Amino acid sequence: MMKLVDAVLEPHALPTFNVERIRADFPILNLRVDGKPLVYLDSAASSQMPQQVIDRLVHYQTAQHANINRAVYYLSEVATMEYEKARSKLQHFIHAREDREVIFTSGTTDAINLVMHGYGRKFLKPGDEIILTTLEHHSNIVPWQMLAEEKGLKIRVIPINDAGELLIDEYEKLFNARTKFVGLIHVSNALGTVNPIKQMINFAHKHGAPVLIDGAQAAPHIKIDVQDLDCDFYTFSAHKLCGPTGIGMLYGKAALLESMQPFKGGGDMITSVTFEKTIYNTIPHKFEAGTPPIAAAIGFGAAIDYLLSIGMDQIAAHETDLLNYATAQLINIPGVRIIGTASSKTAVLSFSIEGIHPHDIGTLLNQEGVAVRTGHHCAQPVMQRFKVPATSRASFAFYNTRAEVDTLVAGIRTVQKVLL
Amino acid sequence: MHSKSLYQEVILDHNRKPRNYGALDQASHHAVGHNPLCGDRLDIALKLDGEQINHIAFQGESCAICKASASMMTTAVKGKLRVDAETLIDEFREMATGKLNLDQPHHLGRLTVFSGIQDLPTRVKCAILPWHTLHAALNSVSSTSTETEDISTGHL
Repeated sequence: MMKLVDAVLEPHALPTFNVERIRADFPILNLRVDGKPLVYLDSAASSQMPQQVIDRLVHYQTAQHANINRAVYYLSEVATMEYEKARSKLQHFIHAREDREVIFTSGTTDAINLVMHGYGRKFLKPGDEIILTTLEHHSNIVPWQMLAEEKGLKIRVIPINDAGELLIDEYEKLFNARTKFVGLIHVSNALGTVNPIKQMINFAHKHGAPVLIDGAQAAPHIKIDVQDLDCDFYTFSAHKLCGPTGIGMLYGKAALLESMQPFKGGGDMITSVTFEKTIYNTIPHKFEAGTPPIAAAIGFGAAIDYLLSIGMDQIAAHETDLLNYATAQLINIPGVRIIGTASSKTAVLSFSIEGIHPHDIGTLLNQEGVAVRTGHHCAQPVMQRFKVPATSRASFAFYNTRAEVDTLVAGIRTVQKVLL
Repeated sequence: MHSKSLYQEVILDHNRKPRNYGALDQASHHAVGHNPLCGDRLDIALKLDGEQINHIAFQGESCAICKASASMMTTAVKGKLRVDAETLIDEFREMATGKLNLDQPHHLGRLTVFSGIQDLPTRVKCAILPWHTLHAALNSVSSTSTETEDISTGHL
């Protein structure tokens, strides 16, 4: 079987991409679990951090930390400058027109809640309809349900086919005069499906509905150009692209952000405060109340630098190679079912093994040092669609290797041997 | 953390060949246990004669740990008095959450093969669900869930 796979998939010719050199940047990859080398296949949940980003955090705390946007002294100016530099890096990473269109949030969930509150609560009215996909992560379902309950809105859901792809015809049929907002996941965290968001955004705009893209699973793997996509909002988290937890970003078109109400009230988001009236600050500050996680934001910028130094095309090519290599092996294991077989996928492999519960798979793979996610992946509607309570999910990053895929495959065979 | 110690032969055996598996005619007590986090579902039926558990059966969909725990539980409590079953329930829960000193006298016997679960916090609920459901059945609560009490931290 292995020979067949090797014959089908020729090794990738990536002249400047050296996975071993990249792995040397990630100290955590040297870890051993139960005496076995760690095989980390859960980057879709959270990716690991390279030494360059760790060093950047240490340098900031060692030599640059003070509160931002406040004092006139040296350190505060340095910290403010570095924080704003990180914003510019993100602006360029997603090809936004202006840096003020990039808001720092605590993550993707926070960003979606910001849009729900800042846009939805201000502009949506009883009877209005919101379109979401079956593939949404709970973070792009629950905030809208809360708003729907509060305001009497209706949520309509785009169905998927058995491969885990959105039914675009059905999507287009969901629109009517009451459609006032669309929320789309760019890449499914549970299945890896890459959705055709550009054409979907274009269609929504013909009906005058703004579109929010949850890019948490896309930004680490795909080049993002918000101007080309013409999305109204785009969000992702730093910790899924080698940055720290507790920080993420929301892109919004400047005019939209300006029209919205603030999400959180407090320091930094104001121009002037009296007990009679408060004048809000301009964007992006209007949406960044309180002292932000400054170090994390700067680490976010460093993570972007790191990814760009490797190259998003190189990253995508290596991950696609791993996905194809792993898929070819898993489909040849009797009893293994791959859930999510879209024609366009990121390197996510959700699978089930006949007769074996995902939790047993997870615990037994852990004995082999292999870290996979088992559960519903915060996407219970996807699980319901495929009539499974949970799946096991291996997700690959650019620092993973074909040898690690082999360890996963051997681990799955061991799981079957132990439990069947 | 040594997950190896969990999947011992006795557990694997009860998973492959669960004892007292199926429905029970004319059950006097019955409960359904549910772990919404993983979708596990367990149906436990009892036939009590006075205070004695004469018959017990279980069925449902679950992981190997949960199924083996249920199977071994049924063999452990069958024929026992209700009060003794409740003692086992308490001891098993304490063991699973790492609060039972196994060097002190206890009544768990072979059930101590599950003691390794205390090192796998995400799996504790799998082992406890059958016991939780048995407790509900004995007290005639028809439906229960692992989320109705905080099992993970042991505040039962």
